[in-house]
Amino acid sequence: MSENPDQKPGRNRAAAARDVIQSVIAPQSSIWSSVLVVVLAFVTALVVSAVFIVVSDPNVIQAPDLLTALNVAWQDVSGAYGGLLTGALGDPSTIIAKLSSGDAKVAASAFYPLSETVVAAAPLVFTGLAVALGFRAGLFNIGGEGQVIAGGLAAGFVGFSVHGLTGFVELPLALLAGFLVGMLWGFIPGLLKARTGAHEVITTIMLNYVAIYLTYYFLNTTLFQRPGRTDPISKVVDSAAMLPSLAALNLRVHAGALLAVAVAVAVYFLLWRTTLGFEFRAVGANPDASRAAGIGVGRVIVVAMSLSGGLAGLAGANIILGVQYSVTPGFSSGLGFDGITVALLGRGNPVGVVAAALLFGGLRAGAVQMQAATSTPVDIVQVIEALVIMFVAAPALIRAIFRLRAVRGIGAPTVSPGWGG
Amino acid sequence: MLRQPVKLELRGITKSFPGVLANDHIDLVVEPGEVHVLLGENGAGKTTLMNILYGLYHPDEGEILVNGAPVKFQSPSDAIRMGIGMVHQHFMLIPVFTVAENVMLGSELTRPFGLLDRGRARREVQRLGQEFGLPVDPDALVSSLSVGAQQRVEIVKALYRQAGVLILDEPTAVLTPQETEELLRVMESLKHAGRSLVFITHKLKEAMRVADRITVLRGGRVVGSTVPAKSTEAQLAAMMVGRAIRLGVERPPAKPGAVVLEVEGLTVRDARGQVAVDDVSFQVRAGEIVTVAGVQGNGQTELIRAIMGLDPVAAGHITAAGRDVTTSSPRETLASGVGHVPEDRVRDGLVSDLSVAENLVLDTYYLPPFARGLVLEPDEIRRNADERIREFDIRTPSASVQAGTLSGGNQQRVVVAREFSRPISLLIASQPTRGLDVGSIEYIHERIVKLRDQGDAVLIVSSDLDEVLALGDRISVMYRGRMEGPFDSGSATREEIGLMMAGTGSEAASAPPDAGRP
Repeated sequence: MSENPDQKPGRNRAAAARDVIQSVIAPQSSIWSSVLVVVLAFVTALVVSAVFIVVSDPNVIQAPDLLTALNVAWQDVSGAYGGLLTGALGDPSTIIAKLSSGDAKVAASAFYPLSETVVAAAPLVFTGLAVALGFRAGLFNIGGEGQVIAGGLAAGFVGFSVHGLTGFVELPLALLAGFLVGMLWGFIPGLLKARTGAHEVITTIMLNYVAIYLTYYFLNTTLFQRPGRTDPISKVVDSAAMLPSLAALNLRVHAGALLAVAVAVAVYFLLWRTTLGFEFRAVGANPDASRAAGIGVGRVIVVAMSLSGGLAGLAGANIILGVQYSVTPGFSSGLGFDGITVALLGRGNPVGVVAAALLFGGLRAGAVQMQAATSTPVDIVQVIEALVIMFVAAPALIRAIFRLRAVRGIGAPTVSPGWGG
Repeated sequence: MLRQPVKLELRGITKSFPGVLANDHIDLVVEPGEVHVLLGENGAGKTTLMNILYGLYHPDEGEILVNGAPVKFQSPSDAIRMGIGMVHQHFMLIPVFTVAENVMLGSELTRPFGLLDRGRARREVQRLGQEFGLPVDPDALVSSLSVGAQQRVEIVKALYRQAGVLILDEPTAVLTPQETEELLRVMESLKHAGRSLVFITHKLKEAMRVADRITVLRGGRVVGSTVPAKSTEAQLAAMMVGRAIRLGVERPPAKPGAVVLEVEGLTVRDARGQVAVDDVSFQVRAGEIVTVAGVQGNGQTELIRAIMGLDPVAAGHITAAGRDVTTSSPRETLASGVGHVPEDRVRDGLVSDLSVAENLVLDTYYLPPFARGLVLEPDEIRRNADERIREFDIRTPSASVQAGTLSGGNQQRVVVAREFSRPISLLIASQPTRGLDVGSIEYIHERIVKLRDQGDAVLIVSSDLDEVLALGDRISVMYRGRMEGPFDSGSATREEIGLMMAGTGSEAASAPPDAGRP
């Protein structure tokens, strides 16, 4: 309205950021239609990526005739995607052969690809949930990276400096440390936003750098650094702090996957079954109306950012306690940013996040196999991921390509809007 | 600059959206130089029809004729080329551009090398402004203009593009009474200059005042066409709603009881530190309705926000429902038994992306029975929603649809249902019926009076003078942060209150605060 013209620009910018988030988490179409769009976006991404695979192979261009070129191209693409599939899920005939071998270890190795997929997916679930929770509360947490690192550092520290406890105590303690320090990394930008209006996109990304360089610092102190080493690497965590794994069967899958699913369920419950989740969703969609209805908007922002940071911190704990067992620089390897992709693909919904994390986990596990089997570089998987997100972000494009009827045409309201409606 | 008068015909226009037949074989003829009022409730299909005419939607059936020749509009630019201009409900202006830049946007005048010819655009804006009584400063930033001035810019923009037919979509919904009056005069001068106007509204007085012809839409159909001389407001209202409707409010005399809201020497500063509410004192008693009249922007918004704890109080005291709420948080104030219908329901009243059921517990979700401890009780929330939807006749496909998909009237019913159903002793409602259709206004007014008759205290802020007079047992006026009154409703005439709204009612506006209080 006209009474506060000077408030308009800020309000508009904040509202615009909210619109972007809402466009992701509040799709105008049904669940099945969204799933269909994701599946088709994935197919489209595979097709487009196939072009890259073909073009990047010199043998195709140098082929003497078109037929040979097509043949080579087909082999490239089928080999790459076959490798991707085998690496992510396994090869059916090999699986059957291994399962019927009668030897437990050989039988277990049939699940090696799946195990790798789950291992890659678990931390993505945590960071995906972190970003999704932020989305629901109208916050764009792009500081997952820093929160992962902070959480991993803390979990590792408890893991290798506390001794003499059983796994029932030390593991939860280390996980809690990861969660709490991750929370701290989210609390700071949350508090800054609630108190001063500092935008979380800026503060969280800056805290990423703080976490990255703090890691270098800590890993060169006697507190962290492994004795006898000069490179930045921490001590090894106690076995009591490690996430139990199926290492005896040569599988890397560990209890972090179970924890990830449990946390996803908890986040779902939090968002849709608790008063706090109600506040998150209300503030995320309309802070003005929430405030008018008596909700403490500042408090919600602080709590939501803290929880989001804590979830990302758990991803760091999951890596350190379940996979690496010691802290190294760059152990996060972009998990915080991948969480954004996962949250986007999962539409900010915990169930969607788990599904998206499994998809991306599979792609990553498969990529290793693909590179081993063919000359296709691992990086093509990043291209596929990026294209999936782009196509998902442009559902209209996917619907046009596949001639799907839009559930609701753009700008076609089901009810003629009244004033302000 | 008018190329030629335009005669516009719509024949058998039909448009359906999933689940809704928005326009059902609509015929409409707009003669050159006439003001054609399109009257109908929210959801009657007026806006859809005009969006078809403007090329934003494509009709499923039917045709559009301009000066007898069939035309097909693929996009608004086709419509603009055929001399059709539109002023939308929500202005399509770029706030950081100047008026002249906005006006020339999309049809930029250029000098050689593609340089913008701002000078000519400025002169053209001034010329059009003078010709039709639309004063705007071509160099002002749009973001610095009032709503009324922004609307003038939209009209100038359409004229600049040589519109022969001007469509005004609910233009008065956002205007003050004075601005409305000015707009109606502009419409008359445009008509005399040979332009045709399509004036979409649901306000009967305005329709009767300027229309040459009135077409009434209901449920996507034309239910009648008439001229003002041959019809009455009551007849038009009945056509719109489909049943006889009572204009005005049936209101037995108030039986005021104890003081429920007491505001003493309240001063509030706005975001810029300017005094927005200046030493205001008044009381509202149980069983009476006090209304606050005033042109938007004279401190009413800040007054209510301060009472509700949404803005800080600079000086003074507020006592509501027996408690000092001067420094209370919004939740404390709401919980002490104050119901609040905010002025801007889209911004402050509802969370559009949450469901109707969730919006119906937006300020009670944390209390039993809707929550046990920290855990929500979805069944209770759902049951509450079903009850409210039935009781307040909220037209919604279900309780789980997003509140933002409802029509404006039904959104307001959601807010009203929520606030009226809590145990309250004081209701504070700002602009409770702004932008609503006749049926919804009648209903909300009835509910407010019912609440009063149950012994609640009611404070209503409205810039609609008719509403202020219809509801108020006592009436006050705000002008530049000062309040005059409240006076008993019989003791001031409509004209006197209108003058007070303009700041010329008495010496009170400039005299010390106490002088204004009878």
